[in-house]
Amino acid sequence: MSQAKKNIPQLQKRKARHSFPLLILNLICGLFMLFPLLYAVSIAFMPSSELFNMDLNLLPKQPTLENFASALSKMPLGRFILNSFIVSLAITGGQIISCSLAAFAFSFLDFKGKDGLFMLIMATMMIPGEATIISNYLTVSSWQWLESYKVLIVPYLTSAMGIFLFRQFYQNFPISLYEAARMDGCSNLRFIVTILLPLSKPAIGAMAVYTFINAWNMFMWPLLVTSSEKMRTVQIGISMLDSVDSKSLTMMIAGVVLIILPSISIFILGQKQLIKGMFNGAVKG
Amino acid sequence: MTTIQLEHIKKQYPNGFTAIHDLSLEIQDQEFLVLVGPSGCGKTTLLRLIAGLEEASSGLLKMDGRVMNNVEARDRDIAMVFQNYALYPHLTVFQNMAFSLRMRRVRKSLIREQVEDAAEILGLENLLDRKPGELSGGQRQRVAMGRAIVRHPKVFLMDEPLSNLDAKLRVEMREEISRLYRKLKTTFIYVTHDQIEAMTLGTRVVVMDHGDIRQSGAPQELYEKPANVFVAGFIGKPEMNFMPLEASLAASSAAAYTGRKIILGVRPEHIHITPATSRTEQTEQVEQAEQVPLMRGHIKLKEMLGDDELIYVGNDEQKCVVLTPSREDLLPGENVRLSTERANIHFFDEQTGEALACRSF
Repeated sequence: MSQAKKNIPQLQKRKARHSFPLLILNLICGLFMLFPLLYAVSIAFMPSSELFNMDLNLLPKQPTLENFASALSKMPLGRFILNSFIVSLAITGGQIISCSLAAFAFSFLDFKGKDGLFMLIMATMMIPGEATIISNYLTVSSWQWLESYKVLIVPYLTSAMGIFLFRQFYQNFPISLYEAARMDGCSNLRFIVTILLPLSKPAIGAMAVYTFINAWNMFMWPLLVTSSEKMRTVQIGISMLDSVDSKSLTMMIAGVVLIILPSISIFILGQKQLIKGMFNGAVKG
Repeated sequence: MTTIQLEHIKKQYPNGFTAIHDLSLEIQDQEFLVLVGPSGCGKTTLLRLIAGLEEASSGLLKMDGRVMNNVEARDRDIAMVFQNYALYPHLTVFQNMAFSLRMRRVRKSLIREQVEDAAEILGLENLLDRKPGELSGGQRQRVAMGRAIVRHPKVFLMDEPLSNLDAKLRVEMREEISRLYRKLKTTFIYVTHDQIEAMTLGTRVVVMDHGDIRQSGAPQELYEKPANVFVAGFIGKPEMNFMPLEASLAASSAAAYTGRKIILGVRPEHIHITPATSRTEQTEQVEQAEQVPLMRGHIKLKEMLGDDELIYVGNDEQKCVVLTPSREDLLPGENVRLSTERANIHFFDEQTGEALACRSF
């Protein structure tokens, strides 16, 4: 017994010895990956004179907010952020509703061709978005939808990835709850609203973070279907900064730092949900 | 008044597996029917068919003469208690019990009244604000039953409701279910693989195997007059002893079996065990009482069960279990004789497994 007690600290020491090099390696990798981001934040606070000299200035010697001020004055960044928010929120909400409904059908209902249809939906994940972008553009332009919120939102109201994520979550949902609800006199829709969705918060959280960030970072589609400043989203706005004053790299990076703030904060707020939700069902037995 | 008729029900799954072959059964009003059988015998499938959670491949399911095959589960006025309780984890005990009434748009004041009534019957009054996660297994089981009784259904279905409880709680809940049945006076259909539950709860027990009914009758009848080897072996604990035998003594009623192989069955509690060598007073008494000798062998193992003990006796050809009040005089390895009264012997046809009417060979 006492021998066993003695062995415990030794074991812990040995464990710590083994994990120390791994920790250092992790730190180095982390810094390596974060370096561009941290450097960008540093540049955003740097006067341009400091950036364009021969010294390697990792940190600003005379930090300034001027870059942010000029980025905000050179373009309607507020409007872009508002547009991106509207589009991202609508897409996130739409995907949560449509994907959870589809996943419900694939998990709880029995119908002919269920597996085949699911495989077909999964197969669409393999088609790159760029491959369909021209035909999509022709379709929406023939509907006179260009330059509107709906053209930015509607094509993204559902996703195969979302259906997959929800379905994986529902696979672990006890089927007896659905059967009990049926016997209690509950319709399918009522079951989804009163039982299934309240119990699917981890999946919804993961899905919301993932979809919001993807929608926020959309570039190709908004670039193609919007042209006026009124309808542009942040990612396109940044590329506009480039053309307004190509010499002011510091101002452009200040703009970039401004627009990644919402997506980073969403990720930080929701990362626990994201990791939990992503692995829920995918890993468990 | 609710009677349920099952007429030639068959259930085949899309993968080709047939869970129920051709089953006909009539369940009377206010009957406590227990479906019992080993895993995979089709008892749960049958219960789910009655509930409306599965569709029969063929055959008719009638309630009070009305065909229910295509009636939705929610419109059958049947409540079910699930094996894993199936409580809604995000709702309180009150909300769980009120759920079915809310779905039926019952007035709020009436819902409260009915839930409180049910909670009182089951002793759940102090738990109404708790969530299922904060309850013990027994309490969850009570909530599951409360959810079923709150809406006064015509039929209660219970799918192995006690299998997740420990032994002590199981006995308590068994009493509770029995009390509930006497109080509610409704039709209960109860699925279990535990024959003690089946024998203690049911007014009628249906023994199933491989999707067919092997025997249906009152618990005592199944114990005393098993219709076949399967039921004889399934009902009774420990299992009945079976010994192959060639019919030789041609009693007039058994003449047809002369020369054919039959199986002799004796329950462990009906066997007398005596040392083979000593002719004690007891042995003589046994012989006087016209006992039928069964076999000779030596004691292989003894298992204490408290007042009683199980003695495993064997020889080169066969073995036998005896349930007897503790016998300290008998030790493992000792040679013994086994015998029983003529009336306690069951005979079965070896080929069909069916019980034979005659009682002597």
